[in-house]
Amino acid sequence: MSLAAEINQKALELGIPLSVHLDVTYRCNERCVHCYLDHDDHGEMPTSEIKDLLTQLAEAGVFYLTLSGGEVLMRRDFFEIVEFARSLLFDVKIKTNGVMIHQREAQRFRDLGVQQVQISVYSHRPEVHDAITKLPGSLKRTIEAIRFLHSQGLKVTIANVLMSANVCDGAGVVALARELGVVYTVDPTITPKMDGDTSILQLRIAAPELQQVFHNRDLVGDVEEFCAPPPPPGDDIMLGYPCSAGHTFCYISPYGDVFPCVQFPLPSGNVRRQRFLSIWRDSAQLKQVRSIRAKDLSTCSSCAHVGTCTRCPGLAYMEGSMLGPSTADCQKSFQRTGIPTANMLRHASATALGPLIQIQPMLGAGATAL
Amino acid sequence: MPDKYIARNSPLAARTLDGEMLIMSVVDSTFVTLSEVATSIWEGADGKTPLSQIVSQRICPEFDVDLNAAQRDAEQFVDELSRCGLLLVSEQPIDSPIYPES
Repeated sequence: MSLAAEINQKALELGIPLSVHLDVTYRCNERCVHCYLDHDDHGEMPTSEIKDLLTQLAEAGVFYLTLSGGEVLMRRDFFEIVEFARSLLFDVKIKTNGVMIHQREAQRFRDLGVQQVQISVYSHRPEVHDAITKLPGSLKRTIEAIRFLHSQGLKVTIANVLMSANVCDGAGVVALARELGVVYTVDPTITPKMDGDTSILQLRIAAPELQQVFHNRDLVGDVEEFCAPPPPPGDDIMLGYPCSAGHTFCYISPYGDVFPCVQFPLPSGNVRRQRFLSIWRDSAQLKQVRSIRAKDLSTCSSCAHVGTCTRCPGLAYMEGSMLGPSTADCQKSFQRTGIPTANMLRHASATALGPLIQIQPMLGAGATAL
Repeated sequence: MPDKYIARNSPLAARTLDGEMLIMSVVDSTFVTLSEVATSIWEGADGKTPLSQIVSQRICPEFDVDLNAAQRDAEQFVDELSRCGLLLVSEQPIDSPIYPES
């Protein structure tokens, strides 16, 4: 076990929130077609409240701090926030679109000791990237930002969210990352909007294309390992917890709302009304999330993929039950391995039987059967 | 032998978990955890207090250990952390590190 894994295990046993993702704003200068956020400011925490929150997080034992948004640099006090966070010795990672980062900003991030900057790039082609961000010239500015940050010696990661509009451009972004000398990561996850609107899910990659993505060595690395059939789950899997959400990790919105994860919109408290540690320790919602083990999952506990699936409890929650399957992850497991999930088999069975047991509506007098 | 002054190098991230200090170099992600004794030395590494004084005034009374053995262990610890780039070591007092105490 690596030292980092040991630390995580210790934090889990001690109930310490080792990692926090804090969105400092939902405002953004891009309008990405797949974004799940509402970009209006509904009363985000001012500098003083953020500083007080960061102090509380440090006292609670938070070590990894991700600052994200929205676009973090839409806040005029963002560097003050980062400086304060670093004075509290957090390991700070920043997620940004980069379009407001120039030489001076890159140098400032380096001087403050930011550990990593993650930047979203959707395509190597301006016409595709800019069409997704709806900000003309954004790819050019984003690439310039990556160059500035890299030249300062900062660790930069390109996050390449793949959707129907850019699914063919993964290899191009990989090549771009190589040319820039930065790390590439791929993510084919499109989530519903935070208000529950699922219209953007139509942007998800279709099944055959998802299979191609998962079998592309340039995108996923070792395809044989990545797409290997799942081993039979042991007791350690069945008694294990699904992911770190609510266990060693949580998400805090610009309005102070605490959730188990950025993809898990289960309101668990608000730091404007309660101390963070009190929410972390006593929230009924977080306790509920923590009580769930793989063996408790309604369909997934009987699934061959239970030990290797990327099942997101937040997406499952948005589909209706935090104990249920996340169908997007079912699809990923299937497209990786070719082995249907328990949820897919259940639905296939229902569909196959459907026409045989379907109850036809009673037709009223004068109605016409189709 | 001249006394040593030690100061925490920047940039790094650090946190105390259950009495054990977790430190990571932001530059190369070198990760170390410190025992309670090492944590106490780390906390005393202000660049102004000689290592011998950290040992005699913090370590020995707090952990009830022999001065000579504690000094030897402290020297070894300081040597290891300076090689990782996490501690600055000098025969002269060192200016205050950029970041305050954790």
